[in-house]
Amino acid sequence: MATQTQELTAPLTDEQKLAQVREFIAEVMTHEHPDSYLIAVLHRTQELYGYLPTEVMDEIAQEMGIPTAHIWGVATFYHYFNLAPPGKHVISVCLGTACYVRGAAQILQTIKDELKIDVGDVTEDGLFSLQPARCLGACGLAPVVMIDDKIHGELTPKKVTQLINQYRKQANK
Amino acid sequence: MTATYRIIVCDGTSCLNSGARTLTTVLKAQLDKHGLTDKTTVSLSGCLGMCDKGPIVVVNPGYTLYGSLTEGDIPEIVEEHLVKGKPIARLAIQEDHLYNRFFRVFGDAKFFGHQMRVTLRNCGIIDPESIDDYLSLRGYEALAKAVTDMTPQQVVAEVEKSGLRGRGGAGFPTGTKWKFTAAQVGTPKYVICNADEGDPGAFMDRSAIEGDPHTIVEGMAIGGYAVGSSKGIVYIRAEYPLAIRRITKAIEDARAHGLLGENILGSDFSFDMEIRLGAGAFVCGEETALIHSIEGARGMPRPRPPYPSVQGLFGRPTLINNVETWANVPVIVLDGANWFRTVGTETSKGTKVFALAGKVVNTGLIEVPMGTTLRQIIYDVGGGIPGGKAFKAVQTGGPSGGCLPEQYLDTPIDYDSLAKAGSIMGSGGMIVIDEDSCMVDIAKFFLEFTQNESCGKCTPCREGTKRMLEILTRITEGKGQAGDIDKLERLGKMIQKASLCGLGQSAPNPVLSTIKNFRAEYEEHIHDKRCRARVCENLVTYEITEKCVGCGACRKVCPVTAIAGGPKKQHVIDQDKCIKCGQCFKTCKFEAIAKV
Repeated sequence: MATQTQELTAPLTDEQKLAQVREFIAEVMTHEHPDSYLIAVLHRTQELYGYLPTEVMDEIAQEMGIPTAHIWGVATFYHYFNLAPPGKHVISVCLGTACYVRGAAQILQTIKDELKIDVGDVTEDGLFSLQPARCLGACGLAPVVMIDDKIHGELTPKKVTQLINQYRKQANK
Repeated sequence: MTATYRIIVCDGTSCLNSGARTLTTVLKAQLDKHGLTDKTTVSLSGCLGMCDKGPIVVVNPGYTLYGSLTEGDIPEIVEEHLVKGKPIARLAIQEDHLYNRFFRVFGDAKFFGHQMRVTLRNCGIIDPESIDDYLSLRGYEALAKAVTDMTPQQVVAEVEKSGLRGRGGAGFPTGTKWKFTAAQVGTPKYVICNADEGDPGAFMDRSAIEGDPHTIVEGMAIGGYAVGSSKGIVYIRAEYPLAIRRITKAIEDARAHGLLGENILGSDFSFDMEIRLGAGAFVCGEETALIHSIEGARGMPRPRPPYPSVQGLFGRPTLINNVETWANVPVIVLDGANWFRTVGTETSKGTKVFALAGKVVNTGLIEVPMGTTLRQIIYDVGGGIPGGKAFKAVQTGGPSGGCLPEQYLDTPIDYDSLAKAGSIMGSGGMIVIDEDSCMVDIAKFFLEFTQNESCGKCTPCREGTKRMLEILTRITEGKGQAGDIDKLERLGKMIQKASLCGLGQSAPNPVLSTIKNFRAEYEEHIHDKRCRARVCENLVTYEITEKCVGCGACRKVCPVTAIAGGPKKQHVIDQDKCIKCGQCFKTCKFEAIAKV
């Protein structure tokens, strides 16, 4: 969910990413009520970095003239923002009601056991991170899990274990 | 001789995930192969609502609806239907008789039988990325009528007369809200569309925007004209990339056609729109929290009054309505309040969109007139409960709503009768629950959600939900104490009365309604240490049945060596040693371990 862009071209260097954040800020500063675009700036930052690095939040504070404490407050308030780098593959387990009544809790438990991590953590090898998702809107396929931006539906504990193993196998190639 | 065909592929999220795009590629290749490319148009539409039958393809003329397709079906459809002109009965979804105008377009599928599509009138019919498609179905005619033939006061009066109530869940009369905002003097004023759909298990707003984004743009422009605002903002969840893309394109196209911008259609009225993204906070669906979020701050609510219509975004008068409310506006202006009032019940006019999901045969998006009964929705539109299971409850209103048991199935749906039954209309999530679900566990699930999403500003919600959750967790773990039910009720009522915003005021609803309607289940958990749905792990006993082949897998996996048995002999669990971890149940390949 977090990293959707910048897949095809060569990865950007940190300087290039920062330049893009700065460019975006310069653009929003020309609008009315520039402070109100803070969340948009954080979205752009997460798109580029995959998470919100502390140094970049400091930069944003400087460029936008907003206290770092306020930015930190906003970044920690919203679930969508990550404060640590995510794993190579992000697993989002849908915990919407439709998925829940069709067994999402067992799916989540299976993944936790299989990866030996808790929700919000990254595996030791950095391959997976696990996060809960509110409704993904694919209720017809419940229960569903989204890995990166691909949705896998009608899962059972067995199927989800197989799925994780597939990703592991691919990573080992 | 081949005719000219127009093919529509449903491009809603569920269909996308079941392979609609690959299907389109195969379809185009097949058309090419048969030399039909020039004679056939293929377009993608928004969600048709039959989400469990995806991917769906509609062939026009003839309105044949094909569902549950695989790539392999495409060559057959092209050869038989398009080349030879013979629709394929095997793949078509057709069951019942024609019923209303929607049927002229989508054939006689029973799924649409009790539906009346007003706000979703274009979903699945037009290409949502084409403004021309929208214009061809009387699109922007309501806006033209408003700015040329009506005064702003007349528009407000029309909306007020229609009896439209807020579709976000609370049901506040929309016309009253408009009147208050219009009465404020000075500029700027703001118009906001609340598309921060956060209920787990609800996808109405997303499908509406994905399927027909121009309706929202038109509705908001009319709202801007009526209350004297020139700036509209759509606040939408960042988790909905497709909806964001489509509404962005709709705004750009409307601007290019002079339907947004300066002096719209030659009038004095100017109006433009922008998009702001949410970032995953349920409380931002509350209007004052939403305003704080647009202002770039933490999305926390504040006490009202002053209401946003007096003091809203950047301290200015602001009109906030939900996606579905906005989608009703062009219809009311174009067809008139008198027509709109003919649909629905005494106190609730018009239709309501529901996201029907859970243990029901037809999962999907439906729109029914107010006053339709829950039974009609679940059994006629939804096709009943799959697998011959017994109905247990229907949950409406998401984490703010309640669970209604069988005796309420004949309740006609409107704001007031649902409230009387102990639930709420809510934004439109409708989850069917069968005998396999434990009501205490369901209540705990919703409370976990609201507890997690509580912003922490006011104490009753922050601390109260936490305490309630502790009691519920205790009950599901078999450690419930006598008096726990009374404690939950007392706490729940206190939180309802003392919380600052709608989130806290409604958070206890799932617990209170399940206590009211399923008290026996709570008592069983507390006194008999029993969970009749066999969901609560600690209250379940595992037993090995005669299906056991004696493979020994469970014996090896048991962490406390509670399982005994020799090769090829039925194993036995020592109940005194068993810690109910469930490992044996998960490991057994022969379904020989039963929960009792």
